[in-house]
Amino acid sequence: MSTMKRLVRVVPTKLMLLMLCAIGLAAHSQWAKAQSNLRIVITEGMNNARPIAVVPFKWDGASILPESLADVIGNNLQRSGKFSPVSLSNMPQFPSSDTEMDYSAWAQKGIDTVLTGSISAVQNGQYLVKFELIDVLRAQLTGGESKTLIDGNLVMAKDHIIVSREKIILAEDFRQYAHIISDIAYEALTGEKGAFLTRIAYIVVRDRDTDPLPYQLVIADYDGANETRLLSSPEPLMSPSWSPDGNKLAYVSFEGKRPQIFIQDIYTSQRTRITNFPGINSSPAFSPDGTKLVMVLSKDGNPEIYVMDLATKELERITQNRAIDTEPEWTPDGKSIVYTSERGGRPQIYEVNLATKRSKRITFDGEMNLGAAITPDNKHLIVVNRTQGDYHIARQDRETGDMLVLTKTFLDESPSIAPNGSMIIYSTLHEGQQVLSLVSLDGRFKALLPATDGQVKSPSWSPFLL
Amino acid sequence: MFTNNKFRIALVALAATSLMACSSGPSEEEILAEANRQAAVEQAEAEKSRMERETATVARAEAARADEMTRLRAAAEDQKATLVNQNIIYFDFDVSSIKPEFISVLKKHADFLVANPSQTIVIEGHGDQRGTPEYNIALGERRGQSIETYFSNEGVSMSQITVVSYGEEKPAVMGTSEYAMAQNRRGVVVYE
Repeated sequence: MSTMKRLVRVVPTKLMLLMLCAIGLAAHSQWAKAQSNLRIVITEGMNNARPIAVVPFKWDGASILPESLADVIGNNLQRSGKFSPVSLSNMPQFPSSDTEMDYSAWAQKGIDTVLTGSISAVQNGQYLVKFELIDVLRAQLTGGESKTLIDGNLVMAKDHIIVSREKIILAEDFRQYAHIISDIAYEALTGEKGAFLTRIAYIVVRDRDTDPLPYQLVIADYDGANETRLLSSPEPLMSPSWSPDGNKLAYVSFEGKRPQIFIQDIYTSQRTRITNFPGINSSPAFSPDGTKLVMVLSKDGNPEIYVMDLATKELERITQNRAIDTEPEWTPDGKSIVYTSERGGRPQIYEVNLATKRSKRITFDGEMNLGAAITPDNKHLIVVNRTQGDYHIARQDRETGDMLVLTKTFLDESPSIAPNGSMIIYSTLHEGQQVLSLVSLDGRFKALLPATDGQVKSPSWSPFLL
Repeated sequence: MFTNNKFRIALVALAATSLMACSSGPSEEEILAEANRQAAVEQAEAEKSRMERETATVARAEAARADEMTRLRAAAEDQKATLVNQNIIYFDFDVSSIKPEFISVLKKHADFLVANPSQTIVIEGHGDQRGTPEYNIALGERRGQSIETYFSNEGVSMSQITVVSYGEEKPAVMGTSEYAMAQNRRGVVVYE
């Protein structure tokens, strides 16, 4: 928690400082608010979701709170695809804690999980936030008081309260704390770690005829809030990829009129050019331990996979054949790399063991499979699958090889998986515009993230930031 | 007596003069040397005028050559301007081989580059939006390389050529209509 608190405060302060410094300078490599605000529009999958009531947190103060915690939490839970937040009009009452709960009123509405909370002002502009996650059915069963044996004594317990926490926060931390509450509730109810306190990096391409710096590298909270532009360029930017500590991005820039790989610190904006080889320099991805960078170079004639030791800058060539090899991704254990190769004629996914350098083909369904990613539990391969000319996001079971197409959108590409493995973000074409889109790993939940300005592509989901 | 005296003096002077003249009269060597001197002067003068004529000729020739160079340069520039306007060739989907209809235009570029070995070019490879961005970078490079190979086979030095693939990042036409995608699958020869 303390790491995140520091992170949370550092970002806006540094951001403002850098924005001040940037005034009067060229837009290159400066922090600035991007304008293409994303919002999430859920398109499919709410009927499978479990109802939950996130009651507006009680607030006795006269001032307007910086953010509605309940709104942010409700939206988060809804966007997970696993919960269906109850509307205000369907809530029988507005309790602020378990003591105010009328269990049967909720049970009658078929709502068996309720999140309540309250906010009160403490000194120095700080707020005390309390919240409770209540299991209505259990509460009905025990009447709100169950008897439990503790050290041989029968004591009254409240085991229907799944979670009860409180914390003092600053005004600027409201949104982050709402994400933390969401993560806690999500994990308590699903058994899976929440990924609400994560970010996405992506590329925005503005109108190239009117904008002198149309290519922009942007990061935002996973839900599109707090968009921050890291870099603006007259030439293409590609393939952002997070370092495992969530502090850096590797990406490809054509600012030098040719592709070069850079690593940029997202807090200081400081960047280092990593490669400038003749030919292709593309597809960088950090190893799970952060010490290496896998990439594609064509310096020796055609695109091959290389691994660079970031400390020594030493390169190790991994593939060796005359076909295109590209789009390398690490397996979670860091011992293998999956990549796209067309050595069999059409692009398919192969896996190479880094110790033996032996490759084997792992996808067989469809005319092509490209752009692979692996779920954090190593159980699924996520690919761009082409079948009958259509490009869709598909999921292949790593053990059985069974493939399931997850999306129905048009020209899907660049899938990136949330660090908890629950959701895939990818780029697709919607009404003639490139936009980001979400699909749950089971394919039931789908959402679009339309942007107000420009084409949005190459999304990359950050690791856990807490 | 005075008159006689005067006469005598005049006579003596005359005799002396004649005597002097006789003793310092030109010898044959002297006459030859004089002739040589004359000839040398004449030769120098002739040389000078010849040099002058020659310089004029050289200047004229140089001027003519400069004119020719200017004309050739202008012609080359004209040719380059024409080539710059015919610098895009198109590819079929997922294919990097050059279509026969573009050979004649590529030949013109190749001939120009062979004739102008100091001219360098960048061959840009581009793809349409289908497939993934990174795969399209690889495909774009392969398209660029097939143009490079053609040029090389026509005698263009590899040191004149750089291939840069932009994949699907710089579409010529926005959108995903068949027309737009066909326009985007292209190789572009850019003169530096």
